[in-house]
Amino acid sequence: MRSATQIAADVRSGTTSASDELERTLSVIDERNAELNVFLYVDVEGARAAAAAIDERVARGDDVGPLAGVPIAIKDNLCQVGIPTTCSSKILEGWLPPYDATVIKKIVAAGAVPVGKTNLDEFAMGSSTENSAFGPTRNPRDPSRVPGGSSGGSAAAVAADMTSLALGSDTGGSIRQPAALCGIVGVKPTYGLVSRYGLVAFASSLDQIGPFAQSVTDAALLLEVLAGHDPRDSTSLPEPAPSLVAHVNDGVVGKKIGLVRELYTGANDDVLASVQAAADAFRAAGAEIVELSIPELSLTLSAYYLIAPAEASSNLARFDGVRYGRRVDGDDVTAMMEATRTAGFGDEVKRRIMLGTYALSAGYYDAYYGQALKVRTLTIEAFTRAYQQVDLLLGATTPGVAFKFGDKTDDPMAMYLQDVFTIPTNLAGDPALSIPLGTGDEGLPVGVQLLGPGRSEAQLFAAARVLEIADGRS
Amino acid sequence: MSDAITREEVAKVARLARLSLSETELDTFTEQLGQILEHARDMNSLDLANVVATAHPFGVTNVVRDDIVVESLDRDVVLAMAPDARDHRFAVPRILGEAP
Repeated sequence: MRSATQIAADVRSGTTSASDELERTLSVIDERNAELNVFLYVDVEGARAAAAAIDERVARGDDVGPLAGVPIAIKDNLCQVGIPTTCSSKILEGWLPPYDATVIKKIVAAGAVPVGKTNLDEFAMGSSTENSAFGPTRNPRDPSRVPGGSSGGSAAAVAADMTSLALGSDTGGSIRQPAALCGIVGVKPTYGLVSRYGLVAFASSLDQIGPFAQSVTDAALLLEVLAGHDPRDSTSLPEPAPSLVAHVNDGVVGKKIGLVRELYTGANDDVLASVQAAADAFRAAGAEIVELSIPELSLTLSAYYLIAPAEASSNLARFDGVRYGRRVDGDDVTAMMEATRTAGFGDEVKRRIMLGTYALSAGYYDAYYGQALKVRTLTIEAFTRAYQQVDLLLGATTPGVAFKFGDKTDDPMAMYLQDVFTIPTNLAGDPALSIPLGTGDEGLPVGVQLLGPGRSEAQLFAAARVLEIADGRS
Repeated sequence: MSDAITREEVAKVARLARLSLSETELDTFTEQLGQILEHARDMNSLDLANVVATAHPFGVTNVVRDDIVVESLDRDVVLAMAPDARDHRFAVPRILGEAP
């Protein structure tokens, strides 16, 4: 695989063309998409026109930007003008967004070529991509297994060498978990670092858009483009985008890294071995490993599975057959809305809408949603205390390697437990990333997770790069 | 926390959320939601009486800008994607009963 960094450098220097890079991407998609079900839509004409335009600009001597001619896959919950955006739900089938998400505008302005929309668990609710109304995505490392989710299609696009970069969204682990299961890098940025304008909302106090890449440097390159204030997202942080690529080789000398018991307890032996290998690599690179326990983190799964459904039940009220997407007729407006939502949403979405509606309803609000918000406070305070002792935290990304199709579909709680190590960061609004390190059962990839305080992305990338080098990936 | 969620309560939240469930679905969802809420009881192990609730990681406040007219989405482009539109408006089935 050619890195995004290399493609952009070669396109800018004229060694290769954006059109040639795109054709290579399209041919891999053509070869493998029928089997893997990664892309729900490939914008062949639009991408060819965009690539040709970049090549013309290069020929004229223009600076076409840091992602010059890099093909990129887009999770299908991000709006792109005139491109079908389904959220893998029947309720949005056929809908064409009238505007671009801010992240789409940013990557296009940086010279990237969006090639199409990738599969996800419906409305980003799930951990295996099995909740897609358009069939599951297969894991490129082993097509009998799930790629993880909810951003399974975007992770698989990069793992299958279709594109070197992809965009995903992470509400409780939806970038980091599929990155781990597919053996690539996935980053959930600080809440507010990347504008969500044009991201179809799932749980607004948790959702963040972030990059998938095959290397730390490529992930940093893409996040640098995505980050920065956007007046169209009121949660957007006010400061300009941080410098990330320049810091990837900063190393970890003198850093204190906390190995957090609650972020690996319950993981299988292969995963534990990778976490241990990461700790050893950090020590060898000059960091100090501090063993920590943060008991509050063991309660975050419960809090998350009340807070996220509560926000989802409110956000998804907008899908009612009135303004966009599908409508199923009814005798009056209420019957129409009920028929539309019943036919349009899949089971997991219905489950979470009902759970959220219940948690917010009179008589139960204090017992469930109210308690969950208090656990959130304790989680934030616990992280703050930890970051007074150490610079970064280390743990597992997932309890195990990629699992087989159907293993967890009948038991929602078993599926939710996939997110047990990734959820805490979302509740705190802090950044975290998953990086492949070692292998587990049947040679399947294992991810380790690095977490840091708000706005610590540069440090996280530098630490992840140490693991990349230790693993022999230059 | 209260006792397990009942079939009647699931039927009620489904109605509130504008979802209709078959009898079989009602049974399945009652069991599954019960399991998820049961897991949530682990939060009872904490004394949360004096803890302040946090709804948002960084305490978001309203953001305002100067009242300057800027370009917005084109009405016809937006309405073109609606299931039904008439007279420059979204159209829905009747909301009130027939006029006498």
